Amino acid sequence: MLSAIDKRILAQVADLHEIPQGAYNIRKNGMGVQRNSTANIEIKAKEDKPGIDIIVKPGTKGESVHIPVILTAEGLEDMVYNTFEIGEGADVLVVAGCGIHNPGSEKAEHNGIHEFFIRKGARMRYVEKHYGEGEGTGKKVLNPRTVLHLEEGATAELELVQIRGVDNTKRYTEARLERKAHLVITERMLTHGDQYAESDILIELTGEDATTQVISRSVAQDRSKQIFYPRVVGQNKCRGHVQCDAIIMDEAQVRAIPEIAANHSDAQLVHEAAIGKIAGEQIIKLMSLGLSEKEAEETILQGFLK
Amino acid sequence: MLELKDVSLTIEGEKGTVEILHNINLTLEDRRFYVITGPNGGGKSSLAKLLMGIYRPTSGRIMLDGQDITDLDITERARLGVGYAFQQPPRFKGLTVKELLQLAAGKNSPGNVCNYLFDVGLCPQDYQDRDVDASLSGGELKRIEIATLLARKLKVALYDEPEAGIDLWSFGRLTETFKALHKKNGTTIIIISHQERILSLADELIMIADGTVREKGTKEEIWPLIMDEIGCVCSKDCIERADNNAECNR
Repeated sequence: MLSAIDKRILAQVADLHEIPQGAYNIRKNGMGVQRNSTANIEIKAKEDKPGIDIIVKPGTKGESVHIPVILTAEGLEDMVYNTFEIGEGADVLVVAGCGIHNPGSEKAEHNGIHEFFIRKGARMRYVEKHYGEGEGTGKKVLNPRTVLHLEEGATAELELVQIRGVDNTKRYTEARLERKAHLVITERMLTHGDQYAESDILIELTGEDATTQVISRSVAQDRSKQIFYPRVVGQNKCRGHVQCDAIIMDEAQVRAIPEIAANHSDAQLVHEAAIGKIAGEQIIKLMSLGLSEKEAEETILQGFLK
Repeated sequence: MLELKDVSLTIEGEKGTVEILHNINLTLEDRRFYVITGPNGGGKSSLAKLLMGIYRPTSGRIMLDGQDITDLDITERARLGVGYAFQQPPRFKGLTVKELLQLAAGKNSPGNVCNYLFDVGLCPQDYQDRDVDASLSGGELKRIEIATLLARKLKVALYDEPEAGIDLWSFGRLTETFKALHKKNGTTIIIISHQERILSLADELIMIADGTVREKGTKEEIWPLIMDEIGCVCSKDCIERADNNAECNR
């Protein structure tokens, strides 16, 4: 049974208000609590280690998989390995995400290792939201590791979101793209207090006409620290664009170190990085429409992280 | 009615204190259309920013319909019905044209912002879901900036060089549009401009130079007086090259 806290966290990380339609797996405090497979999407527990295999049959269209994780106890260190097989020509939505409600003073940590095999011509949209709350002083720690293999003509769109509440995160995302594969990673992050966030991305464009776009938008408030390290390597005729954009506030610190490497003369790679405060003119403009200074700031941040 | 009484503004610059405006006295009536003109650096934009509350006067008082608004901040003045269209409007990543116009129109207004975009010559279908970011051209941004004022019920509408970046043919139509719209709400319109076509729309012209009101009156009275001062700096060349048929936009 899911408690009220569980349900609130599910709503935050997976936009779930009820038990989802279609395939799903809900993991709570280190154990699977509810699971459902469908005719086209099979979810089964791994036999050698904690985690699940999600197998989407070739040609499956318009279906979704929800695999939220919730942690509601302190002193828990959860490690999970999930493997996704997205069959040829399939087109699916995967909603992951982890919410921690830490009631105590000890750390609660979730380390998710996700590996995706996106077969020929398949499309996947992946949404991962991270959220933390809890009345205690216990740290809420999330360290996701995501590895993607995109076969010929495969497309993946990743939306990685962490808004508030996660004390410490180290994300690692790695992808390898074959011919005509396409990958878009959109990362949105807001840190506050004394939080620390690090995001390391490595994309290798191995096949001809592989393309990728990395868009990172972040806001660092209070004394929080953020480090971004997106890297794109072009091994063939390919295109890549990396964009890191951060709003810095208070006494926060942000480092953005985008790297592009071309090992082929037809690789077209671009990176852009910008860190700055909210422009005074933006605040003034919104105030001149009748918003208070605080409302103006919130409106700007909300839009930026949308 | 908007009144400025002995308003002065000094700003601490790199080279010490600079007096931007000196003892400005002005009375601006409801439903009147004023154009402020004058040489660059004369204090026109500073005057507009003083009225919006972006700058505070060093001395003097500003009154709106008899209420002293000198010590009110930008938000408070906005809520009383003062609006200001920036000369160089800021851009917002992630904020759509529709969202910006809805903020301008206020919480209690109907959600439809199409009309304001029509009024500034932009197709609502094409523009309302676009971000107000670097993807918009300077001219598009200026039109949207004007639309943010049209969306509001204003007592005082200030436009700082609204024509910059907008082609003159469309601008003629545009000025007629907001003239008509503001008339409905009894708005005082104040436009900072150098364009003769805009000057010719005014009920009254105000010339600001060296931080003071040099002249104020109807365009028939003022235009001959100020023509030399704000007149075309290339007029001599222009006359000499008249046979080249370059169209004069002044």
